[in-house]
Amino acid sequence: MAQAREELRKEHGALTTYKVLVDQLEAKTGSGRDGYSWDGQAWYGGDINKLWLKTEGEGEFGRAPEDAEVQALWSRAIDPWFDLQAGVRYDFRPDPERAYLVLGIQGLAPYWFEVDGAAFVSDRGDASARFEGEYDLRLTQKLILQPRLEFDLALQDVPEIGIGSGLSTAELGARLRYEVRPEFAPYVGIEYERAFGDTADFRRTAGEEAGGWSFLVGLRTWF
Amino acid sequence: MQHDLTIGRRTLLRGAVLGGFGLGLHSLFPVWAQSGSPGLAPDMPTLSGEDLTLRVGHSPFAVGGRTGHAITLNGVLPAPLIRLREGQNFRLTVLNELDEDTSIHWHGLLVPFEMDGVPGVSFPGIPARGKFTYQFPIVQSGTYWYHSHSGLQEQMGHYGPMIIDPKGADPIAYDREHVIVLSDWSFFHSHQIISRLKQEGGFFNRQKQTLLGRRQDEMTQEERLMFARMRMDPTDISDVTEAAYTFLINGHGPEENWTGLFRPGERVRLRIINAAAQTIFNIRIPGLPMTVIASDGQNVRPISVQEFQIGNAETYDVIVQPSDDRAFTFVAETIDRSGMARATLAPRMGMTALVPPLRERPTLSMKDMGMGGHGGGGMSHGGMSHGGMAHGGMDHGAGAPASGASAPAMDHSDMDMRDASKVSFPVGIGVDMIAPNPVDRTGDPGIGLEDVGHKVLTYRDLVSLVPNPDKRAPSRSIEIHLTGNMERFMWSIDGQKFSENPEPIRFELNERVRVTMINDTMMTHPMHIHGHFFEVVNGHAGNHPVKHTVMVMPGGKVSFDMTADAPGDWAFHCHLLYHMHAGMMRVVKVRPLKGKAA
Repeated sequence: MAQAREELRKEHGALTTYKVLVDQLEAKTGSGRDGYSWDGQAWYGGDINKLWLKTEGEGEFGRAPEDAEVQALWSRAIDPWFDLQAGVRYDFRPDPERAYLVLGIQGLAPYWFEVDGAAFVSDRGDASARFEGEYDLRLTQKLILQPRLEFDLALQDVPEIGIGSGLSTAELGARLRYEVRPEFAPYVGIEYERAFGDTADFRRTAGEEAGGWSFLVGLRTWF
Repeated sequence: MQHDLTIGRRTLLRGAVLGGFGLGLHSLFPVWAQSGSPGLAPDMPTLSGEDLTLRVGHSPFAVGGRTGHAITLNGVLPAPLIRLREGQNFRLTVLNELDEDTSIHWHGLLVPFEMDGVPGVSFPGIPARGKFTYQFPIVQSGTYWYHSHSGLQEQMGHYGPMIIDPKGADPIAYDREHVIVLSDWSFFHSHQIISRLKQEGGFFNRQKQTLLGRRQDEMTQEERLMFARMRMDPTDISDVTEAAYTFLINGHGPEENWTGLFRPGERVRLRIINAAAQTIFNIRIPGLPMTVIASDGQNVRPISVQEFQIGNAETYDVIVQPSDDRAFTFVAETIDRSGMARATLAPRMGMTALVPPLRERPTLSMKDMGMGGHGGGGMSHGGMSHGGMAHGGMDHGAGAPASGASAPAMDHSDMDMRDASKVSFPVGIGVDMIAPNPVDRTGDPGIGLEDVGHKVLTYRDLVSLVPNPDKRAPSRSIEIHLTGNMERFMWSIDGQKFSENPEPIRFELNERVRVTMINDTMMTHPMHIHGHFFEVVNGHAGNHPVKHTVMVMPGGKVSFDMTADAPGDWAFHCHLLYHMHAGMMRVVKVRPLKGKAA
């Protein structure tokens, strides 16, 4: 009976499950270089504690990625809608590779804004932060327009990876996806990305533009 | 042997799918559940008597041209009708042919707690390939049902009806009777359903508000903003919808159109059981009023209605008297109006009536947020002093508009929708709302039925046919909050999931208690207590309706009086299967145990 009691307890509220989300898997073309990028996350766990993995990166067609990062986080619910996340981030690109400690908050803000903010400290002591916000505007049951905003901030210049202090880069985009099924949605979109301050200068020095428009085609999928 | 049988059944199914409603299909249903059923008759091969056997096993199940995997009893879905007589002894052996534990809970039956069939509460369960014999005297009569209380087996077909005839004469006269078992079948595995709900709370809702489909009449701008600010979806009425379900009547999908026969002029008794895992239905038979005569197996004063809402695990007995030689459609529309179960009542096979289209899906209102007393524009049915009043005049809620009634001058934006000081338990991650001003909603007909233009049953219409036996006033009152987090799909009682090892609810043997359930969520919860009936406090003191399951509307509350006369451990839970599975459950302990160490 003790075993049955324990099973009963576990079966009524202690479910562990998972989600794998490829939020962006896209090709872009525009005023900058044509290339690809990805942004995905996966979690496993219960209602309160989860292991949370994140990855993002980008590169030019036919070449290895210029940026590629992976985060492994412990995610703990701190209120009905938000999780506190702590862990490590490793950037395989750009060279030289870097490791970071991560502390962030991810969740659903009032009025249905999905937000994710995190602070990073690298193994060389430089500090940075990133904020992402997005909103699903449902045009029809299957057609969804998702405006999205991202800011990257840095506390100091890190010239070897082209980061300048202050607001280093910002992205403003909109993706229009069609949910063939809720778990499978191709999309098109546009995005404006640009660098500011020293980050922009580093880019210009490298012979690049500080920013520009892109057209996107991609896929959002999860299971 | 087992293998051969399975193949045989598959072959039959294939034949049935190709050939429409051939004999092959018929053989998969118990006789009473076959389409074209003349009704229940004494010579029908139902399970009755004192020594019965049920085999729990796997079967293929076909509906709408697809075949899926079901867990069945004696190979049929729904399970066999068990028909008993009050006063007899009941002895039934369950042979578990599954590779996992199973159980049978006798829903609404007063039994010794060891026979109640909840693994981990009343007994250890019936092990894989094992057996268990239930044995108890039948001390009541009415329409009931039985189902698995193990895992999510109930979703997969492990349920069936049970009728107990009264010892003496039945106070209800009828010429013919049909059992109508409502359920929700899915080709998704039940574990996949709950995973999806955890991944995205609104996953199965395909009727969300959209920019292009915006309806001005639906909600005021203030309401839209209020809901958005709280991160609540006003269209989130059902967790699992037609996107995952085919809704069944006696195991038949809408296209299979289960048909029950009648002769014009007959009084036909319909014994309606909501055996669905996660679906609340709105029941109506266009053109044919229904006289409700019993709820949860207990007789009530007959009341004529055009429609009623039936929560999971509730049963309603109604009398219909079709006088014309024509067919009628029995409509069981889901509460979110994403789909329906449909059947036909007809003088002859092959006759059909118009199937009404699904009505507009409803939206939740401020009242469903527990702001019932605020800006409710003249809606003040908080007072319960209507005792003894004729029930015709009791349906305040039915005619009062639930949304749109909020006074424009009222500013809700500063209202604290999660005020921890209103409750005595910690308001944690699993609690996204505390209803600021919950009101008694027993006079409301249910979500979406406020304004349908005809008489809809409310709990306040129900009056017990016989006086309540225990005349004592409750010596104690307790409050129980139904809590949840829609976004994370967490469901709990008083903020604690069952998995968090909450304290049991304790009653002293024969204690008379008033229990008030307050719904701090935006979903309707059909709450069920095992081993006891309770009397819903609805203004008809002395003749409160006697029930085993009662729906608590969003932002509302329901009080019931209960005599804790059944010693033992009992389950108390929301009968939405995935809410229970997510934690909305408690153990009730009634002590001392008779003749045993407490």
